[in-house]
Amino acid sequence: MARVVTRQHKVIATIAAWLVAFLIFFPILYTIITSLKTEPEAIAGFSLIPSGTFENYITVQTRNDYIRPFMNSVILAVGSTILALIIAIPAAWAMAFSPTKRTKDVLMWMLSTKMMPAVAVLVPIYLMFRDFGLLDTHIGLTVMLTLINLPIVVWMLYTYFREIPGEILEAARMDGAGLWQEIVYVLTPMAVPGIASTLLLNIILAWNESFWTIRLTTTTAAPLTAFIASFSSPQGLFWAKLSAASTMAIAPILILGWFSQKQLVRGLTFGAVK
Amino acid sequence: MGSITLNKVSKSFGEAKVIPSIDLEIVDGEFVVFVGPSGCGKSTLLRLIAGLEDVSGGKIMIDGKDVTDNAPAQRGLAMVFQSYALYPHMSVRNNIAFPLKMAKVDKAAIDQKVTDAARVLNLTDYLERRPSQLSGGQRQRVAIGRAIVREPSAFLFDEPLSNLDAALRGTMRLEITQLHHQLKTTMVYVTHDQVEAMTMADKIVVLNRGNIEQVGSPLDLYSRPRNIFVAGFIGSPKMNLIEDDYARSKGAKTVGIRPEHFTLSRDSGLWSGTVKVAEHLGSDTFLHLDVDGIGHINARCDGEFGARHGDRIFLTPNETKLHRFNEQGLAI
Amino acid sequence: MATQNTRALARFMMAPSVILLLVWMIVPLSMTLWFSFQNYNLLNPGNVSFAGLFNYQYFYSDPAFFQSIWNTLVIVGGVLLITVIGGIGIALLLDQPIFGQGIVRILVISPFFVMPPVAALVWKNMIMHPSYGVFADISRLFGFRPVDWFAQYPLLSIVIIVAWQWLPFATLILLTALQSLDSEQKEAAEMDGASAFSRFIYLTLPHLARAITVVILIQTIFLLGVYAEILVTTNGGPGYASTNLAFLIYRTALLGYDVGGASAGGIIAVILANIVAIFLMRAVGKNLDR
Ligand SMILES: Nc1ncnc2c1ncn2[C@@H]1O[C@H](COP(=O)(O)OP(=O)(O)OP(=O)(O)O)[C@@H](O)[C@H]1O
Ligand SMILES: [Mg+2]
Repeated sequence: MARVVTRQHKVIATIAAWLVAFLIFFPILYTIITSLKTEPEAIAGFSLIPSGTFENYITVQTRNDYIRPFMNSVILAVGSTILALIIAIPAAWAMAFSPTKRTKDVLMWMLSTKMMPAVAVLVPIYLMFRDFGLLDTHIGLTVMLTLINLPIVVWMLYTYFREIPGEILEAARMDGAGLWQEIVYVLTPMAVPGIASTLLLNIILAWNESFWTIRLTTTTAAPLTAFIASFSSPQGLFWAKLSAASTMAIAPILILGWFSQKQLVRGLTFGAVK
Repeated sequence: MGSITLNKVSKSFGEAKVIPSIDLEIVDGEFVVFVGPSGCGKSTLLRLIAGLEDVSGGKIMIDGKDVTDNAPAQRGLAMVFQSYALYPHMSVRNNIAFPLKMAKVDKAAIDQKVTDAARVLNLTDYLERRPSQLSGGQRQRVAIGRAIVREPSAFLFDEPLSNLDAALRGTMRLEITQLHHQLKTTMVYVTHDQVEAMTMADKIVVLNRGNIEQVGSPLDLYSRPRNIFVAGFIGSPKMNLIEDDYARSKGAKTVGIRPEHFTLSRDSGLWSGTVKVAEHLGSDTFLHLDVDGIGHINARCDGEFGARHGDRIFLTPNETKLHRFNEQGLAI
Repeated sequence: MATQNTRALARFMMAPSVILLLVWMIVPLSMTLWFSFQNYNLLNPGNVSFAGLFNYQYFYSDPAFFQSIWNTLVIVGGVLLITVIGGIGIALLLDQPIFGQGIVRILVISPFFVMPPVAALVWKNMIMHPSYGVFADISRLFGFRPVDWFAQYPLLSIVIIVAWQWLPFATLILLTALQSLDSEQKEAAEMDGASAFSRFIYLTLPHLARAITVVILIQTIFLLGVYAEILVTTNGGPGYASTNLAFLIYRTALLGYDVGGASAGGIIAVILANIVAIFLMRAVGKNLDR
C-alpha cells in the first residue's frame, strides 16, 4: 500500500516538475527552435517544428561578423578570469592558511567593494577610460572585469582552501618541502577542483557582465553582450537571425553553467549556503 | 643520534600561557610517551619539538645542536599525525616517496627504500592505490612508512591510533612497538590513553596544564607516583583515593589504594560493603563497591570470586602497598 | 622564525588583491563625490565650477528622480516577491523524488546563464511582442486582443524578464538549503504526527530562513543595478515609466552629458546600496564565525 502511494506521488511530482521546468526553459527552447526557422516561418505564428535550416547561423556570420564579438567575449572572460586568479590565489592562500585576527575583516571589506553600484562610478570610470585611451580596448575591459570579479574569486578560493586540512601542509613541511614545493606538489593539486570551479563560475560571470561591457566598448573590443544589445534598435523582420545570434551567444556559457551548477551556489552566496 | 633536550621551553598563544616552562631530556633510542588529560598541551609540546610552532621562550636541542630557530624540515624529525595527513592526490607509493623526493634522493634509491618500507609495513600490494582506497589501519601504516623512509633521528607521533577501532588499535600498538625494537630510533608519542602509555613507553612524561607532573618508567609511575594527579591518572581502573579518618590514622591527608591491593573475603575483613556493579572480564572481576563509612571503592579480584550485585563482602587494604599524600597532594 | 616568516609572506601575498581593490574602491568613488559638487558638463568641459549642493537639489527636484526611485523599488520588490515565493515552491517540488531530476535541474537553472541582453531580446521579440510573440499567439487563440506589453505595462514587463533570470538562482540556493535539511529530523517530525503543512511551517521554513535571507540580499544588490534589460527593451520609456535609478544616472551622464548631476545620482545609489550591504555583511559574516 505504502509503495503504491509513493510511486503515485513520484509520478505526479515528476509531471509537475517537468511542466515547471519546461515553462522556465521555454524562452530558451523557443529561441533555439526559431533560429532553425526561415524568416517567414519565424513570424508565421506559434510552431515548435522548424524547417531545420542553418541558413541563419551562416547569415549572422557573413553579414554581422559574429566571430569578432565572440572572440572578444572569449578573450575578455578568460583573460580577466585568469588575471583575477593569479592575483587572488596567493591572497586566498594566505588568508586560509595563515589567518590573523584581521583576516575576517579583510574578507568582509573585499565583499563590500562588490556592493558598490556600477552606476555610481560610471562617470569617473568613463572619463578615465576616455582620457587614457582605454575605451573599446581589450586591456581596459579585461582590467575592469578583473576588478569587478576579484572579490568573488578571492572568496570562492578562500572557502575551498579552508577545507584543505592544515595538517597535510604541516606534513609536507615536516617532509622537507619548502614553501614553493608545498605549493606546487601539495597545495595546488589539492586545490585544483576548487580553482577549476572558481574559474568556471568567473568565466560565466564575466561573459554575461552587461553594464561595463556595453558602456565601455563600441566595436573593436565589443563582446557578445554589446553585440546583442545593438540589435535592440528597430530590426525589421529578421528574428530567425536574431535567434541564431542569441543561441550562439548563450550556448557556450549554458553548457559551462550546467557543469558548474553545484559550485555556483557556494560561489554566489560567498559560502553562506553550501 | 636522536637525543632531544628541552631547556625552559615555554609557549603562549596570545594571552594564554599553554606551557609555562618545561625542562626535559630525551635519550637517544628511547620510546617516550607524553600523557595527560585533553588540552594539557601534549600536542603543543610535540609541535614545538617538530618546529611547527615557534617557542615563546627557551631552547630546543637535538643531538646537542640548538634547533630552536630551525625550520621543521631542518630538524631531521618525522611526524605521524592523528588524521594521518596523507596526500590524497598521490598514490601510496608517491606518498611514501615524497620526503625522499623533497630531499632530492635519486630515483633508484627512492624505489629501493619505498619497496623496503612497504615490505616492513605490509603495504606491498597497495602501493598503487590512493589513500582514499585504504582502510584506517592501512592509512596509518602509510603515514608511518612516509616517516620511516626519511631515516629521521626521531619519530613524533600525535595520537596516531585514536581514529582506529579497539582491536586495530591493539595490533597497531604492537606493530609500532616492534618497529621501535627494529629501528631503535627515538620515538616521542603523544596519547591520552594511559594503556598505550603503559604498554609502549620506556619513559612516560605525565603532563598537566602544561607542566610536567612526573617523568619515569611505566612501572615507576605506577608504583611510585609522585603526587595525587599522577596516582589518579596512571592505572586503570583508577586508584582509590580515601580521605578522612582512615587517611588521618595513617598520618596523611589522602591515602591511595590500587584496586588490586585489597584482600577480599566473604566473611571477615577490615571493611564491609555492598557490591554495586560487578564487571566480569573472565580472568579478573572489577567490583564497584559501596563501602560502609568510606564510600565508593574500586576493587579487582580473581575471576573465580563470584560476586554479584547486592552481595555483602569484606575487604582489607594491603597496608604495605598504600600510597600516602600530604596536604599539597605530594607523596610522603 | 618559521611561522613568523609565513606571516610576513602572507601579508606580501595579500598585498596585490588588497591594494587593487583599495584603489578600485577609493579613486572612482572619491571622484564621483568630487564631481557631484561641481558644475561639469561634457558639452562644455572648459567651464567647471563649484556647485555646492546644486546637483543634489537638481536631482531631487526632478520628478524623474522620484519616479526612478519608485521604479527601482518596484523592480527590486517585484522580482524578490516572485523569485522567493516561486523559488520555494519549485525547490520543494524538485526536492521530491522525481524521474530525471538531473535534467530537470539543468532546465530550471538555465535562464541564469543567459546574458541579460539576450534574455531581454528574447522576451521582447519572441514572447511579448504584440503581434508575433507567443503571448500574442495565446491571446488570439482564446479570442483576446494581444497585449502590447512594453507600451502598456513597461515596468511589469521588465519585472517579469528579470524575475525569469533570477528565479533559477533563488531555486537553486533554496534547493541546496532544503537538501541539507536532516532527513532524520523530517522523519522524527513525521513520527511525532506532524502534518505536511505544519512540518513545512515549523521545520522547513525556519531551516530555509537563512538561505532566503541570502537570496534576498544578494539579489537586491544585483537588482538595484538592473540596466541591460531596460536598455534593450523599453529604453526607460515610455517617458520615464520604466527608468530606474541606474538607468537615470546613465541617461544623465552619457546622454545628457551632465557629469555633476549623474555623480550626485551615483552618490545616492551608493547610499541605497550600502543600506542593503550592511544587512548582507551581517548574514555572511555570521557564517564565518562558525
Ligand atoms: N593555535 C592555538 N591558538 C590558541 N590556543 C591554542 C592553539 N593550539 C592549542 N591551543 C590551546 O592550548 C592548549 C593545549 O592544546 P593541545 O592541543 O596541546 O592539547 P592536547 O594536550 O594535545 O589535547 P588533546 O588530548 O585534546 O589533543 C589548549 O587549551 C588549546 O586550547
Ligand atoms: Mg592533541
